[in-house]
Amino acid sequence: MRWALVPWAILTMLAAPAGAQDSMPPAPYAYRQLDDAAQEAKARALMETLRCLKCQSQSIADSDAPMAGDMRSQVRIRIAAGEEPEAVRAWLIERYGDYVSYKPEMSRSTWPLFAIPLLLAVVAAVILARRLRGRA
Amino acid sequence: MIAEIGLAALWLAAALSVLQMLCGALSVRARGAGGAVLTNLTRPAAVLQGALAAVAFAMLLWVFAITDLSVKLVAANSHAAKPMIFKLAGAWGNHEGSMLLWVTVLSGAGALIAAVERRLPERTMQATLAAQGFVALGFYAFLIFSSNPFERLPTPVAEGMGLNPLLQDIGLAFHPPTLYLGYVGLSVAFSFAVGALVTRQVTPEFARAMRPWVLGAWVFLTLGITAGSYWAYYELGWGGWWFWDPVENASLMPWLAATALLHSASVLASRDALRAWTIMLGVVAFSMSMVGTFLVRSGILTSVHAFAVDPERGSFILALLAIYIGGALALFAVRAGTVAEGERFAVTSREGALVFNNVMLSAILAIVLLGTLYPLLTEAFDVRVSVGPPYFNPVGAIFFVPMLLVMAVGPLLRWRRDSLARVGREMALVGAIVLAALILASILGEVPLLPLIGLALAGGLAVASLLPVRGRSLQRVPMATWGMVAAHFGVAVALFGMASESAFSKERLAAVAMGQSVAVGPWSIRLERVEPVAGPNWTALRATLLASYRGGEPIELAPAARDFWSPPQQTTESALATRWNGQLYTVIGEQADDGRWQLRLWWKPFVPLIWLGGGIIALGGVLALIGRVRTDLRRRSVLRRSATRRSDRAALTAEPAE
Repeated sequence: MRWALVPWAILTMLAAPAGAQDSMPPAPYAYRQLDDAAQEAKARALMETLRCLKCQSQSIADSDAPMAGDMRSQVRIRIAAGEEPEAVRAWLIERYGDYVSYKPEMSRSTWPLFAIPLLLAVVAAVILARRLRGRA
Repeated sequence: MIAEIGLAALWLAAALSVLQMLCGALSVRARGAGGAVLTNLTRPAAVLQGALAAVAFAMLLWVFAITDLSVKLVAANSHAAKPMIFKLAGAWGNHEGSMLLWVTVLSGAGALIAAVERRLPERTMQATLAAQGFVALGFYAFLIFSSNPFERLPTPVAEGMGLNPLLQDIGLAFHPPTLYLGYVGLSVAFSFAVGALVTRQVTPEFARAMRPWVLGAWVFLTLGITAGSYWAYYELGWGGWWFWDPVENASLMPWLAATALLHSASVLASRDALRAWTIMLGVVAFSMSMVGTFLVRSGILTSVHAFAVDPERGSFILALLAIYIGGALALFAVRAGTVAEGERFAVTSREGALVFNNVMLSAILAIVLLGTLYPLLTEAFDVRVSVGPPYFNPVGAIFFVPMLLVMAVGPLLRWRRDSLARVGREMALVGAIVLAALILASILGEVPLLPLIGLALAGGLAVASLLPVRGRSLQRVPMATWGMVAAHFGVAVALFGMASESAFSKERLAAVAMGQSVAVGPWSIRLERVEPVAGPNWTALRATLLASYRGGEPIELAPAARDFWSPPQQTTESALATRWNGQLYTVIGEQADDGRWQLRLWWKPFVPLIWLGGGIIALGGVLALIGRVRTDLRRRSVLRRSATRRSDRAALTAEPAE
């Protein structure tokens, strides 16, 4: 049953360019949860980490925008089809770019985001060691 | 005419800020009697400047109240049909108005210290007021030259454009003023730090004088952030309460710095240690306020490229940032060497714990700053990345978790030198609670790692925060200690709410026919009816829901979807049912083709504790503030009395000799 949804979903994706979405009825799983609670939880967790591209600083799990609804539907359908959340994320990143994911991946453009906290931890340790060592 | 009075008041205030700056600076230089005239001018200039800024702001409120559509700002942001409260709130619901509020608070804070702060050496105060005047001057210039709120239109328009409906909410009407009182109130800490650096007077007396001002600002900042979070929670209609949005981060960063500053000022006041560190935090706290203002007010958040196209305002603020932050840091670099580090202490001492948490708070601040600025930086190079909760939560936790652990033990330690063995029983108790909570939460259900740690630490911290008053005569515990206990307990309460919300929330999205029931968590909700209603500047569809908790007496909830017409926009008005153990959150959505209504329902166990905790933290700040001010007044009256007694005695002994 859920497998049957996938080709249909891909069809709607192809047929509905972003601009035309406002006048269309909401996608099937925009406001509908998956029946399987475990899958829904997975989808929900993933949706909270995807950016609504039409909003300012909202995830697709927090938005009324039609595009966010479509993306929620995509995510639910793919999770229902048995895809892993990270695979869905990778698919969305391929489609919309890194910008869509709130979870920065380590890459050539993002390494400072991971290097600087490490550096901070070291600096914090050094400051503490210098301040606190040997004081009495 | 009203708008012109406002503009004139702004110009006069700007001129007075120059006077304040020059008199302050010159009287710091001129140590002799010649400077006395100038010295006597500084304080009145600051007070008058504050009053004039207040006049300008009152004039802005006035033109909004009467919807004077010949004023550009009113035409662009107001509408005659708005309720009065939102007409007034509209005055600061836009760029120019909110900057005027910013400056008003800035000069009001300056006026207040000029009027009442007399504990510090006069030279330090003069330098402080000069710094405050210098900061004010830059922002007056910004207002007058690039963000004039009183600009007239060549021809008045027939009707205004209206205010963003999301902002037409009583919670948001008072959110910015509260936040700004905190945000900009920190300018006092900045000026104090600069003043103390200039005169090299970094002493415990200085910390004692600065502390109440920082506490006051911090209380407002705490309340502002808490209120803003609650507003986002109920107004945006999806039950989220913190998004790590740059605008939110802009308010969190000064709070983190101010929290660190409060604690290090305490060390300086009680133990004469951490001198340079306290000064540094004083500079950093207000710098974060200015960085936040830049982020929010320059338009850079909407798009770096939009900012690049119309950079006037952004570059203006950026230049101000460079002057003030750069100047203060340069002064710090020159002078910090001459400020001795102060008293020494052992690792296991209260100072040790406070230093540890100061470093952790600063690290969290650095992470938030990095995560906020980094996407803007890459966007400038046409690489767009998003940094959100999956980054901030775990990376922040690296520093937050150790901080909470030390926070549990720190208040139990003695100043200067202590041993962990002395507080061994307390530590064992807290450890046992944390462990028990960990086990309990993992039995209850599959809780993700971070919320699990949060729940356990919240339990431990809640108990640990009360331990400092254990075994003491409760009436003799100083008010400031109660403040600390309350604030730390508030952190535990808020943390529990946050962890519980992300671990145990239940969501239900459903298309519901009239009279049909759906369940979410322990609630059963029936859709009774949906009807149109009309407000002053909106129409709405309002649903009536009957919600019953575990089959109990049903309560009525009325979520609505509002359609504003000026500007045309929809908002969701959620309806909440609050119980001691959580909140039911209901939203009405669209009607489907088959006539059923879309309902969004959440059961969020213990979620109100997030904001209750925020309130308790702020209450702790208020208690500490009252305690500090009372102790200070008492000390001063004792000093005064002993001084009179001494002079009486001197007079008595002197008399026989005559």
